[in-house]
This record gives sequence, C-alpha cells and structure tokens, in this order.
Amino acid sequence: MAKKSYSFYPGCSSQKAASSSNYQVSVDSMCQELDIELNEIPDWNCCSASIGYAGGGELPRLALSARNMALSEQAHPDQDIVATCAACWLATKETQERLHDDNDLLAETNQALSEAGLKLNNDKKVRHMVEVLIEDIGYEELGKHVKKPLEGLKIAGYVGCQTNRPFGIDGESFENPKYLDKMIETVGAEACDKYEKKVSCCGGALAFSEPEKSQALIKDIIESAYDNGADMIVTPCPVCQMNTEVYQDQINAKYGTKFKMPVVYYSTLLSVAYGKSAKQAALDGHIIRAKELEEIAGK
Amino acid sequence: MSDYNQQMIEKYRGNFLREVEANVEEGDWVKMCMQCGVCSGSCPLGPHWDHPPQEIFMMIRANKREEVLASTSMWMCTSCYNCIARCPRGLPITHIMHGLATYSKRLGLAPKQQPTAKFAQLFWDNLSKTGRVNELKLGLSLYFMNGFAEGVKTALKMKDIGLGMLKTKRMSPMEYFGGHKCKDTKGLHAILKKAQQLEEARIGKSGG
Repeated sequence: MAKKSYSFYPGCSSQKAASSSNYQVSVDSMCQELDIELNEIPDWNCCSASIGYAGGGELPRLALSARNMALSEQAHPDQDIVATCAACWLATKETQERLHDDNDLLAETNQALSEAGLKLNNDKKVRHMVEVLIEDIGYEELGKHVKKPLEGLKIAGYVGCQTNRPFGIDGESFENPKYLDKMIETVGAEACDKYEKKVSCCGGALAFSEPEKSQALIKDIIESAYDNGADMIVTPCPVCQMNTEVYQDQINAKYGTKFKMPVVYYSTLLSVAYGKSAKQAALDGHIIRAKELEEIAGK
Repeated sequence: MSDYNQQMIEKYRGNFLREVEANVEEGDWVKMCMQCGVCSGSCPLGPHWDHPPQEIFMMIRANKREEVLASTSMWMCTSCYNCIARCPRGLPITHIMHGLATYSKRLGLAPKQQPTAKFAQLFWDNLSKTGRVNELKLGLSLYFMNGFAEGVKTALKMKDIGLGMLKTKRMSPMEYFGGHKCKDTKGLHAILKKAQQLEEARIGKSGG
C-alpha cells in the first residue's frame, strides 16, 4: 500500500512527559508499520477539551480549534486532519460543524483569526485515528501485518464516550459499537463481547473535581471487565485510559476491591502484535503493567 | 450580585426563556424539549444533579431564573454526550448545559464553592496562558484550590498516583519551570481577546 499522509493534531496530553505520552509512542510505532505519515500541525494549541467553558465563551472556544484548522490548511492543504485524542477530535469536529452551519459565526471566527494573520476556509475532514485505521487501511490489511497474534488474551473493549458520541465512527451504533472488538479479534485476541460498560462514562474531567462520584463510575467499568473474564481493558481515549488506570488503588482502598487491571490503547495492542518491542509499544508507560503483553513483546 | 446580572434582570423582565435564547449557547433549542426525561435517565451523574436537564428545561420556561442559574446542576455534566445521542428531539443538551454554566459564571451567580466550576476556570486559565495545558501546574492548582492546608492533604493523598506518573514518564517536574507551549502565544492571545470582544458585542446586541 502506498504511503498515507495526514495533518496530525496530537493534543496536550500526548506531548513528551505528559499523561498520554505512552499513547503517542505506540501510535508512532503502529503508524511506522502501516506506512502512515503524521505531519504535526505547526504550533497547534489546546482545544479547551470539554471543560474550558467556565472561563471561555462559545466564540473563544471555537476560535481555539479554528486556529488549529487554519494552521493545518496552511501547512498541509491536501491532508485530512487526524487526532488521536478523543477530546481533541471532538472539539475540532464540533467547531467545524458549527462554523459550517452558521455563516455569521464563521465570519466572526475569521475576524478573530485575522488578528494573527490567519484565515479558515473550513473545508477539511476532521478524523480520529481509529477512522483512518478502519476506513483507509481496513481490518483485513490491519490483520496482514500481525506477526505475533495475541492468542489466549481476553480483552474488554472500553470505547467510552467521546469517540462514540455525538459523532461516533461511521456505521457503528451509539449503544454497542463493535470496532474495538473487531480490532481485538484482528490481532488474534478474544473480545469480551458482552462487556456491558463498553460505552459508560468514566467521569471525564470530573475525575479531578468530583473524584468520589467519578470513582464510583470507574469502579463499575473495571468490575464489569473482571466479570467478563478480561485480562485487560483497551481504549481509544487518553482520559478514559488515565481514569480507569490510575485510581484503582484509591478505589481498592475505598471499596475493598482488589483491582489490578491493565488498561492499554488500541495502538498498544497493534504495536505488540506487529512485533514491536515493549519500549516501542510503550508498555513501560503503564502504571499497572500489562504483563501478558510484555511477555509477548519479549519473545 | 453583579451589575451585569441586574442589567439582565431588567432587560428581560421575567421572561427567562427569552433571556436564555439570546444569551446561552444553543439556548434557542430549550423550547423544543418535550419533557420525556430520557436525558435525565441517561446521565452518568444523574442522581447528583439538583435538577436534571429535563427539569432545568421546564424551570427555564417557568421563569425559575435564580434556581436554575445558581444551582450546581449544570456543573455535574461530564460531557459524555449520552443525552445528545438519545434525545428524541435532537436537542444539543450537553452544549446547553455548558452554555448555562458559562452564563451563570458571567452573571456571578455560579455557586462559589462548586469544585467543577473552579476546576473548569483553572483549566481555561491554564491553557489560555501558553496555548497548551500544563498538566503539572493544572494538577497542583487543583489540589490547592481550596487553600493551603487542604492542598497539602490532597497532595499527600495523590502522592502515589503522582509517583506512578513520574515513574512511567507521564509527568515531569520540569513542567513547573515553563514546559510545553505555543510559539505564537502573542497571536493566540490576540485571537482570544478579539473573539471575546466580538462575543460580548453580539450578546449585548441581541434580544433587544
């Protein structure tokens, strides 16, 4: 297959020594194998996620994503925008949609952008990395690169919220999207197809401000993975990953559970299955180590 | 209470629905709610809302201005978009909740000690300063948002998580001394300032 190139929006949490830097490392390894070229949008900024609204009004928040899109149009005119972070993807796609539907808002946004010499045409596709894998590469091709099938592993596909709603992945349902399960099977593992917390919320940013309420949600997400016999959870979202991984000790202390469930990214699974080393798959970037994957990667 | 709040009370004289339509993001959708309650039943934090979304929509129509704007309700939104995906009338409920939260903050009516209201402001301040979120500073400002003593307590409670993040190179103490940022922060600040001015002018104009 020929090389595929995209205008890449990594987002704050993917930066070096940030909370999902391990996601980025595994995405890079995965893309290398699949001949996907990610061209970083020069000087991109934060999208304000879904929590910037206390300080930022509608237009300032739209302007943030509009700046990224304008920079992408300038630097990579013929390439779709691709994000790996659920919130980055959502905020950018939402901005594109709202500015597409409202010419006054687009005019005002451009007036703001012109302060920095930028202009938005708003004619690019905004896509999640998962869409690139499914639509541009395809499950069959994804499977062809597998060198070390993840046989014997049972994995709960935790899709979460923002890669699923309100846009979601084309052809998938909101209540029971199947793409993660299909990816799990593509790399030779078994998917927990009855995992009932697949699209439940982990609390998102409220894990910081309302820890008790959010940890009650997280507890159910992990418990259900155990109930379904999962060895680990896999997710496409940096916030989901962090929330379901790092609070397990606090949840254990509060609820008397004994959780120690690894939570990895789809790109981690693909990287390991593609024969990348533990380091290339960023397995050392997990607080709860995915020992089964480390074993396979070490073979 | 702020002057702005007083101005708005006088301007809309008891027509809160009109006030919301003119001033709240996606507010013109509110009248479309048919009170089915699917949003409230679908919300992950549903039990914690003073008034779940469906109730908020009816309260807006019933002119319960103070009760809506001063409630902690909208600040319970996790942005999971379940309500949007399921609403049979297609209301952008998540956005309306964000919009109501923004508006209540502007009016000075948001509950002062509401943790998400505080955190959301910290998040905005953090990102708009350099153009990118500084996770370390954001975390620290979150721990200390209720004063020093409580901050130390929270920081100790979170110590193990912090160490885990350090060990896995998902956090760096160096971020405290600068860290990641946009190169053109000047341009970014100019854009944000202009966007804010334009929005204020638009809100001032609308609704007559």
